[in-house]
Amino acid sequence: MMEFATEYPFWVAVIVLLSMCAIFGGLLGFASIKFKVEGNPIVDQINDILPQTQCGQCSYPGCKPYAEAIANGEAINKCPPGGEAGIQALADLLDMEPIPLDAEHGAEAVRTVAYIREDECIGCTKCIQACPVDAILGAAKLMHTVIADECTGCDLCVEPCPVDCIDMLPIEVDLQHWAWELPPSAEANLIVTDRNPRVSGEAA
Amino acid sequence: MNAPHKKGQTWDIHGGIHPPENKTQSLGKPIMQAAVPAQLILPLSQSIGAPAEPCVEPGEHVLKGQLIAQAAGFVSVPLHAPSSGRVTAIEDRPIAHSSGMSAPCIVIDTDGEDRWGERTPIADYTAVERTELINHIRNAGIAGMGGAGFPTAVKLNPPADKPITTLIINATECEPYITADHALILERAGDILQGVDVLTHLLQPARILIGLEDNKPDAAAALRDSLRDRPYQVIEFPTKYPSGGEKQLIEILTGKQVPSGGLPADLGIVCQNIGTCYAIKRAVVDGEPLISRITTLTGNALKTLGNTEVLLGTTMQTLLEAHGWQPTPQSRLIMGGPMMGFTVHSANVPIVKTTNCLLAPTAEELPPPHLAQACIRCGMCAEACPASLLPQQLYWYSRAREYEQLEAHNIADCIECGACSYVCPSNIPLVQYYRASKAELRERAEEHIKAEHSRQRFEFRQERLEAAEREKEAKKAARKAAAAKRAAQKEASTPDGDNSAATAKQAEIEAAVARAKAKKVGIGQPAHSDDNEVGN
Repeated sequence: MMEFATEYPFWVAVIVLLSMCAIFGGLLGFASIKFKVEGNPIVDQINDILPQTQCGQCSYPGCKPYAEAIANGEAINKCPPGGEAGIQALADLLDMEPIPLDAEHGAEAVRTVAYIREDECIGCTKCIQACPVDAILGAAKLMHTVIADECTGCDLCVEPCPVDCIDMLPIEVDLQHWAWELPPSAEANLIVTDRNPRVSGEAA
Repeated sequence: MNAPHKKGQTWDIHGGIHPPENKTQSLGKPIMQAAVPAQLILPLSQSIGAPAEPCVEPGEHVLKGQLIAQAAGFVSVPLHAPSSGRVTAIEDRPIAHSSGMSAPCIVIDTDGEDRWGERTPIADYTAVERTELINHIRNAGIAGMGGAGFPTAVKLNPPADKPITTLIINATECEPYITADHALILERAGDILQGVDVLTHLLQPARILIGLEDNKPDAAAALRDSLRDRPYQVIEFPTKYPSGGEKQLIEILTGKQVPSGGLPADLGIVCQNIGTCYAIKRAVVDGEPLISRITTLTGNALKTLGNTEVLLGTTMQTLLEAHGWQPTPQSRLIMGGPMMGFTVHSANVPIVKTTNCLLAPTAEELPPPHLAQACIRCGMCAEACPASLLPQQLYWYSRAREYEQLEAHNIADCIECGACSYVCPSNIPLVQYYRASKAELRERAEEHIKAEHSRQRFEFRQERLEAAEREKEAKKAARKAAAAKRAAQKEASTPDGDNSAATAKQAEIEAAVARAKAKKVGIGQPAHSDDNEVGN
């Protein structure tokens, strides 16, 4: 054995390298099967950031499809409900520069909840079919109503309604959700005319 | 660290400040009794947790101490009528809240008789079941009287794997101006200790520590005089704001820090305010639910300053006017102390379970805050912070809305004591920044939960629709297969002659086509068509 090694060092090196290739190749192959990751983890991370309103304003049929599209290189500024904060979070995740919201897909608005004017509802079930999160309760020829806690405010139910009895009402701030505002920045107070526009008006 | 410490040993906390105490103005007089007002307004939400659910109707007559709203869930407290009278409305009324918003309230017009309903004292509380006693305290509507208003009964139910070894009674009252607990101790130390007895019986701790600052030696003496042979330790420690914070007091008395995001129960400690102990005594020994409290009335805009026992639901206006309140357009009205209290938008709001002080200062006494200037990075806020946080960093991150960084810098551990704002030479309202950021973080967490819920519902719906589609397809395929089968059966069942006639006809057509083709190509090749005929 040793004689062979001293006599043909080149071939020994080749054999050793080849066998190492085989071992590590086998290990990698085994690992790729054994530890296979289902789906694309980045898609789930993106989907986690998206607001899950399922409103389709991004032109994709739901948040998951948009997440998949972003993973494949789609722009990150097509989600109005997520707003600037959502774009910032996506940019951080994907290590990109944040870009302003694409106005073509709508503007960031206050959160709303759908409300059915129940007297006018004719029970056509069209809104029920349109609701992406099953937040509308009702049956054919019977009055429908929105489960407010489940409604994401996507307004997909408004358009199909033949009698136009669905309103999107802004969610009112209640005591539990009232919060202090951030104070105006200290530097803004430094110059008197910044603080009090009336003073500048008089001066002018 | 683990060496057994001396009896009565105390530890120091990080930071802290020494604001002017201003406590003498409201001390020195016995506790006054406020008159029963003509109308009582009782907000359904008076503590942390879910608002109570009314169990009376407008028009109904209620007696003093009668249950008027039930607890809605585990972290919730019931509500009782503070005096006898008629329920006139259950509607939204302005309440004492920094937002100035309204909330559902039960309105009672008192009849002046102040007639008690049924009182349910427990003659010997050592003889009743533990759960029954805790329920009795819960049903008495007791929430932490120190200011935060956490339902007391929840604290008395520690998890089974965390036995309580230490009971701490908080008599610190570190905030300037407030003397409600101080006055209560001076006059009713015996009653307070009876309440502590009940807690001791419930929790069976190894030691009971009553902590108070050394600026009230008379209160400490009053407690010690009433102790008799009780094994409780009354511990005095140097005065410093905010040593009355729950976590701060625990560190001062035991040297242990409550872990970030943890509860005192994690260390085997339960902390209760001295006013809560008094309310527990009233509930258990006298059978009276929580319908009144001691409130400090102080500030130079008042004629008579002092502590008064007032029925919950009395409006601040009524109470202050009885004490000669002379408001000016500039003066403010603060519920709580000058450090942690908040300005109420209108005096026409009711006293609630957590109203420990009404501060009605003149404009000279408590001038409006100076304009904030730029941060000069002096670091005094970090020195003052009792929670060992970095207020300046939190300030920058709040301004930049960097919420991940705020979480990483433990903004959740901020107790909003205001020590940082107090020492800030630039008068930056730091606590307001933290409150806003904390609220935003809370909202984000809530939104995330909601988004997760929506995602599940969306995915479930997608799956359901796909399943329905698949089922439809399967049915269609099944129908097709069934039709084909029926056709095949029909074919099989029809007489042979028919079948052969059809194929013969087909063959004839084919043969005719072939013949035509052959004619085109040339004559003498009819064998092909013959083949066909034979084959069939």
